[in-house]
Amino acid sequence: MSSKVMSTKVSSQLFLEPERYELKAAPVYHFDLDRRDFFKFLGAGLLVVSALKHAGAVQESGGARRRGADDSVPKEIDAWLHIGEDGTVTVYTGKVEVGQNIRTSLSQAVAEELHVPIDKIELVMGDTQLTPFDMGTFGSRTTPTMNLQLRKVAASARDLLIGLAATQWQTDPAHLVASDAKVTDTQTNRSVEYAALLKGQQLTQTLPAEDPLIPAANWRVAGQSAHKVDGRDFVTGRHRYPSDQTLPDMLHGKLLRPPSFGATLLSLDSQKAEQMGAVVVRDGNFVGVAAPSVALASSAVAAIHAEWKSDPQPSRKDLFDSLKKDTTEGKDPSGDGDSYETGSVDKALASADHHLQQTYTVSYIAHVPLEPRAALAKWDGDHVTVWTGTQRPFGVRGQLAEAFRIPEEKVRVLMPDTGSGYGGKHTGETAIEAARLARAAKRPVKVVWTREEEFTWAYFRPAGVIDVKSGVAADGAITAWEFHNYNSGSAGIRTYYEIPNQRIMFHEANSPLRQGSYRALAATANHFARESHMDELAHTLKLDPLEFRLKNLKNERLRAVFQAAAKRFGWGASKSTPGQGFGMGGGYEKLGNIATFAEVNVDRKSGEVKVVRVVSAFECGAIVNPDNLRSQIEGSNIQGLGGALFEAIEFENGKILNGRLSRYRVPRFSDVPALDTVLLDRKDLPSAGAGECPMIGMAPAIANAIFDATGQRLRSLPLVPNGLKLS
Amino acid sequence: MAAIHLSVNRHSYTVDADPQTSLLTVLRDHLDLTGSKYGCGEGQCGACTVLVDGKAQRSCITRLGTIGAKQITTIEGIAAADRLHPVQQAFLDEEAMQCAYCTSGMIMSAVSLLTVNRHPTHDEIVDFMEGNICRCGTYPRIVSAIQKAASVLAESPAAKGASR
Repeated sequence: MSSKVMSTKVSSQLFLEPERYELKAAPVYHFDLDRRDFFKFLGAGLLVVSALKHAGAVQESGGARRRGADDSVPKEIDAWLHIGEDGTVTVYTGKVEVGQNIRTSLSQAVAEELHVPIDKIELVMGDTQLTPFDMGTFGSRTTPTMNLQLRKVAASARDLLIGLAATQWQTDPAHLVASDAKVTDTQTNRSVEYAALLKGQQLTQTLPAEDPLIPAANWRVAGQSAHKVDGRDFVTGRHRYPSDQTLPDMLHGKLLRPPSFGATLLSLDSQKAEQMGAVVVRDGNFVGVAAPSVALASSAVAAIHAEWKSDPQPSRKDLFDSLKKDTTEGKDPSGDGDSYETGSVDKALASADHHLQQTYTVSYIAHVPLEPRAALAKWDGDHVTVWTGTQRPFGVRGQLAEAFRIPEEKVRVLMPDTGSGYGGKHTGETAIEAARLARAAKRPVKVVWTREEEFTWAYFRPAGVIDVKSGVAADGAITAWEFHNYNSGSAGIRTYYEIPNQRIMFHEANSPLRQGSYRALAATANHFARESHMDELAHTLKLDPLEFRLKNLKNERLRAVFQAAAKRFGWGASKSTPGQGFGMGGGYEKLGNIATFAEVNVDRKSGEVKVVRVVSAFECGAIVNPDNLRSQIEGSNIQGLGGALFEAIEFENGKILNGRLSRYRVPRFSDVPALDTVLLDRKDLPSAGAGECPMIGMAPAIANAIFDATGQRLRSLPLVPNGLKLS
Repeated sequence: MAAIHLSVNRHSYTVDADPQTSLLTVLRDHLDLTGSKYGCGEGQCGACTVLVDGKAQRSCITRLGTIGAKQITTIEGIAAADRLHPVQQAFLDEEAMQCAYCTSGMIMSAVSLLTVNRHPTHDEIVDFMEGNICRCGTYPRIVSAIQKAASVLAESPAAKGASR
């Protein structure tokens, strides 16, 4: 899939939703090390690998195997764990840490099953040379997949260690228990440390799929709040993010940016820049410099004289018209359910007691990761190594291989824990830029984007237009539902309300701006439209919005979160002030269920809208780390509040107009409402991720609360970029 | 270019840089003190916050030439040997971070706040910290951490001595 991404050059449309295109792709990893190489690299001890495929073959060799028995390692691996002779536990995963705290939650999972203190576990993450292939860290997939794999791997290692002790003591393993990195015989009370068991050993084990896992109800480490494993490095400033990386002899790189998207370079005079001592590279439309300091690199870029040819492009004022006009009509080519039809919508609409037809829109918004994109690249002959902040290190490896026409084996991408992503760091722009400059300069080069570059040359959450038509019976049962999303995406497009006649369609459009993944993707837009429309229907029928939702909702998990949030919120209580309003929104996304209730206050004079209080009820199966889960929900709510109230990218004719933090407002301390989070722990259900789902309820809850406060129905996100104009 | 002397974390340094260079660049690129972060370059996000003579300042918009004999303190300079500053400890205890890229700037602003206001109210914290952005949205935890640090500092012998 990396080739697909790479072939879309800077100005053209990016992959819209990586989930849709990428998660279906078979892993292309072909690991060509054998077990001797593993041990050469890792040192003696125990190695447990988790294989993705050929489960049957893997299970056959499930038992512990002594050295030399079989040197093959499964070709498709998604994680491995090594316990050294000194007892150190190292876990290798291609997942990456961007603040979602999986370095800690995955360590917890291993600690739980392996019975080793959490601080004795090291995670090696997102290094294309050392860790198994991984498609990327997105789509809230880490907890439901990697967490489970690592638990199985760790459980299997634990059982193997118990087996070793049983052999050593010639006793029944049933008497033996593992705890605190030791195996203990419960009958004799003797114990042996894992390290002692592994002295001089080279053992491999492939994951036996049938190994029983510890049920969530019996978790001791997992299921508890754990502090960030490397928190101290962050509060002392010691952690080195991608933009903090350095190498001896390193140069700093800067790019000459075109004046507008898609501009073509006509002529270039870089003589002055070269005289300043900078290395100047021109390669097609790519113009960059490398110099010993950022200041010199910046002055050199400023000294370049370039002429560009720009084509006229749509501006924000024409956006929604252009998206609806410029569509590739009908089904999405991937044909994976972006178009859904059941019953007969037209008939049901014709015979419904009440109808409603409305249009909702969402603007482009920016991820604004506080650490802008950064990369440090270094060539050794025809091999390139790049340290960069990306949610897809293996994808970036592919992009580099393609850009430089070299095999992937000659590219190594390392991902130091990064200053956030929110779906915004799936691509490898800075990696390619740094590598291109480093190749010319024959020295390592670091490229760190400025905030303006990050706002302009990354990609945006897609804008969109959503048309909804509905029909409802007098008793409140929805009979017809027609829902068209233009451009913003199909995540969360299907309705979870029980409606017999539905037509739901996603329409691809030609986006004037480069667009891509974003936390929760289109689920935010689709839930905003659906949950706003539900509120409008309830008011049309003069029904309580909660009662109306529950009447049309059978899904027990969703009902549970709506009811839990309503109870905590005190839904149905009367309002105490004139500008006060209450609203709700919720839904189902990425295996999680959320209901969000908001209280707003609208200043009748200034039109200022303040979200005063938010209650969220969230359920994502068995909870792994309650405190981190709360943190993810709070963070989602606060980030969702920005997109709901005021975030929007302004653009005109191929230029971004508000690409700075002084012009693009993101939530700050004073925007934060009182947040109250209800966690529903379903220990009987598999754990799901929580980085995305919680944000989808925010925009509709706020919009519905503003309606409740003022009687004004706002159908465009952001809702009140400049306050509310009271009519 | 000029040889400029400056004091950072109680160490004296001489850097060869244009006086117009930002303090942030000097810290990061000349002194390899990378705990202070670039976030916006216009003093809007607070990721680069350091203390200049004990007062929070955005190092990205502070010119090297304006420093003179003033004492610079960065995130690398507030812990006493292995003992974290109470604000650092409180951020850990309250888990007041996700990606933590904003954390050093948050901590430095908070240290500055607690120097001038030992017992800030919730609203005073929000008001003072408004210039620091946490894009992950850990604001409520940061407020709790600052409150916690304030109470720890109030209990410390130094604070009791000073308040007399």
